[in-house]
Amino acid sequence: MKLIYFAKVREILGKSEEIIEVPSEIKTIQNLIDFLISHDPSYKAALEDKDFFVACDEELVDMDFIIKRKSEIAIFPPVTGG
Amino acid sequence: MIEIRIHPQSFDIDYEMKRIQESSSSGAMVSFLGSVRDIQSKNSLKNLEIEHYPKMAHKVLNETAKYAFEKWKLSRCLIIHRYGKLKINDPIVLIVTQSDHRKEAFKANEYIIDFLKINAPFWKKENTSKDSYWVSQKP
Repeated sequence: MKLIYFAKVREILGKSEEIIEVPSEIKTIQNLIDFLISHDPSYKAALEDKDFFVACDEELVDMDFIIKRKSEIAIFPPVTGG
Repeated sequence: MIEIRIHPQSFDIDYEMKRIQESSSSGAMVSFLGSVRDIQSKNSLKNLEIEHYPKMAHKVLNETAKYAFEKWKLSRCLIIHRYGKLKINDPIVLIVTQSDHRKEAFKANEYIIDFLKINAPFWKKENTSKDSYWVSQKP
């Protein structure tokens, strides 16, 4: 699964993207976030305050969204365009 | 006609306005220009760094323009958004909406800038002489 990160989330994690293998029991975005946090403490620092959004194939999705394995999942802080 | 441009280089506002005005006989054209402002801090702003998620930014701007175009029956809609390192007073975003009547052009323009401020995947980081910090969302 391809994960990409932007802005503050990218800086805290120290990487802009990665390909990860996730166990088959990971079904939703919430499962994925919990998996990442348990996997490595840097994810806890980036994601524990819940002040982030998740987009799946360029569409914003909720935490209960069912992940498609071939998707590109982006995690980023609230946007500040304009 | 909808035109979306996302790039680091600057743009010429007069040229864009004239080009659109001359290309159509619609009677009303509204523009919004957002620029880099100085920050209220002891440390002066060195630059403003804008990061974006290219594929999603194009998609969101395009869908937003399309919605406004149909809802307010526009004849032209242009959105330019820059990224990269910008200085104080540099233009960041230009939105031009054109329609037969002013109300539609105003409403569409306001809708687009309000929508993109909270939905388009761009992030601003202020780099001052002493430190750097990410700007928080202001709808």
